[in-house]
Amino acid sequence: MLKKGRRTAAGRHGTGARPQAIRLAKCPTGIHGFDEITGGGLPRGRPTLLCGGAGCGKTLFAMEFIVRGAMLFGEPGVFMSFEETTDELKANVASLGLDLAELESERKVLLEFVHIERSEIHETGEYDLEGLFVRLNLAIDSIGAKRVVLDTLEALFAGLPNEAILRAELRRLFRWLKTKGVTAVITAERGREQLTRHGLEEYVSDCVVLLDHRVNDQIATRHLRVIKYRGALHGTNEFPFLIGDMGISVLPITSLGLTHKVSDERVSTGIPKLDAMLSGRGFFRGSSILLTGTPGTGKTITAACFAQAAARRGERVLFFSFEESPDQIIRNMRSIGLRLDPLVRRGLLRFHAARPTVYGLEMHLATMFREIAMYRPQVVIMDPITSLMAAGTDSETKGMVTRLIDYLKEGQVTSLFTSLTHGGHALQQSEIAMSSLMDSWLLLQDFEGNGERNRVLYVIKARGMAHSNQVREFLISDRGIDLVDAYIGPSGVLTGSARLAQTARENAEALEARQESARRRHELERRRAALERQIGGLRTEHEESAQELRRIDRQAGTQVRLLSAERTELGRLRHADVANPRQRPVRPGPNGTAGSSP
Amino acid sequence: MKKPSSPRRRRADKLWQLRLYVAGQTPKSLTAFSNLKKICETHLRGRYRIDVIDLVKRPQLSGGDQILAIPTLVRKLPEPVRKIIGDLSDTERVLVGLDLRAAG
Repeated sequence: MLKKGRRTAAGRHGTGARPQAIRLAKCPTGIHGFDEITGGGLPRGRPTLLCGGAGCGKTLFAMEFIVRGAMLFGEPGVFMSFEETTDELKANVASLGLDLAELESERKVLLEFVHIERSEIHETGEYDLEGLFVRLNLAIDSIGAKRVVLDTLEALFAGLPNEAILRAELRRLFRWLKTKGVTAVITAERGREQLTRHGLEEYVSDCVVLLDHRVNDQIATRHLRVIKYRGALHGTNEFPFLIGDMGISVLPITSLGLTHKVSDERVSTGIPKLDAMLSGRGFFRGSSILLTGTPGTGKTITAACFAQAAARRGERVLFFSFEESPDQIIRNMRSIGLRLDPLVRRGLLRFHAARPTVYGLEMHLATMFREIAMYRPQVVIMDPITSLMAAGTDSETKGMVTRLIDYLKEGQVTSLFTSLTHGGHALQQSEIAMSSLMDSWLLLQDFEGNGERNRVLYVIKARGMAHSNQVREFLISDRGIDLVDAYIGPSGVLTGSARLAQTARENAEALEARQESARRRHELERRRAALERQIGGLRTEHEESAQELRRIDRQAGTQVRLLSAERTELGRLRHADVANPRQRPVRPGPNGTAGSSP
Repeated sequence: MKKPSSPRRRRADKLWQLRLYVAGQTPKSLTAFSNLKKICETHLRGRYRIDVIDLVKRPQLSGGDQILAIPTLVRKLPEPVRKIIGDLSDTERVLVGLDLRAAG
């Protein structure tokens, strides 16, 4: 049942390679990065020559080809060693976590040690290498091998005296390997004037890979180059590669695929105001962030804030420090109110500190890869990435960082790199090369003026999100980081006490304006009250006039009545003389008034 | 008297065990076998045994004696083990290889 499952898994790999059949069929090596630069691996069913000087990793490369083939692709492999015994081989790769003994017992890998001792061999005439063929054939057939490694055939040149016979036999061997249909890797020592010491490249013409180990500025770096790959496109560049705990890892500087998944999730920067600058929600998960700044602008602090925020959310944070020891960082951060030690104790924050010069760039990266693979962090911080430049050249560092970012992005790990600049533009320029790799770039800068030095922060870029274009002043207090708006006036950016003075001035102006408006309001109130009073007076006057008018009207009415009454009386008197003679009004009194005389 | 002759005496005491590895009935194999037979009859008459191993028939035996070249003659006994490759046409070299004659 289990066996059946395995076989279908292997079958799936086989069919997976089939759509490429129109082109050259490839045999994936399973070596990290190599399959990418060769577009799928080594030419299937053909021999590949792997050459390089001593200690380049030829044997390891070949062994990984076999082991990964057996483990990942279900292709059994024969490793024929002419130099190391099977026990030595097992011990060597055990340090990479590969258990050859188990693979051997499962009949997925066959180790074959061919011992040649020149002193034991006496040549007495014509011979051929049929014995080797028989042996190899037996080994291949016994486990149904699809992959073969011969490491290294050149031992034959040392062991067998007749080079003419040897060369003819090798030619036959490679032809035979092709007809056998196995994908073979043949290792060879690098020669002085030609690729290999004994010119094996003459026989293996399908694919030639060169491994190289050289020292530049006291720093050793391994390189891999595909010299020849008949019938296939391949990266022709030299690619640095690492030998780490996980085996070989080729680091393509120009990453061929940009296909990592992205997340829409956002993670806080740990500084609320900075989140606000990044459309209120912080960075994207799995993005890469570059934080550049001159010395003492608070790069490590910003990084530590981010680390603390992430760890408090329950994420695992891996902090690579190249300048300070973990204890030093914890102590220093305590002074601004960041308590990192509890997070370290809870296992949410892990420091890895190493001097950049302690080993070469490739080793640094190998260590980082291993740490990342072991700890599986959600957030990785590197402080500062520029230190690594001391361990390699600019372009190498950039290549490594690219690879690292790719690796982190694949795992959706948010990465923050701090980068030290030394003021001036030349070095900032060199940063730009690296910044193009980054999704977000924050710049910390300090401004000198009025006898003080103040820090400001810009968001130079933040891919995929609206972000503030403002310069913010960056304050570090015993309660952490705060960002305040910096003033940008005609004379430039105002920070620190100048900003405070500006604030005070503005406050005074505001107060004055408030007072002025209060005064004017008061004045208006007063005038209104005066008018109000005036209106009252006028109204009274109006009322009085109306009353007067009414009185006059009444008076006038009375007079009219009296007159009419008098007229009536007169009439009455004229018409009725016999009436009371005393009531004769025509007889005016002494006062001229009408009235009865007593 | 005893000192110089002791190795020869020891060799004389013991049976020589020789193995000739071949791969099929090739001309080289046949030449090698006839050459070996001749040398043994001349130098080791009556105290040798030759096993001819055909790797085409028994390929699993190729690992034991670390056989690469064909034909290979292996002297299993007396010890130490010695290997002689080729069709054994250079008799002088075969004798030196088998330690039947001092080199030079």
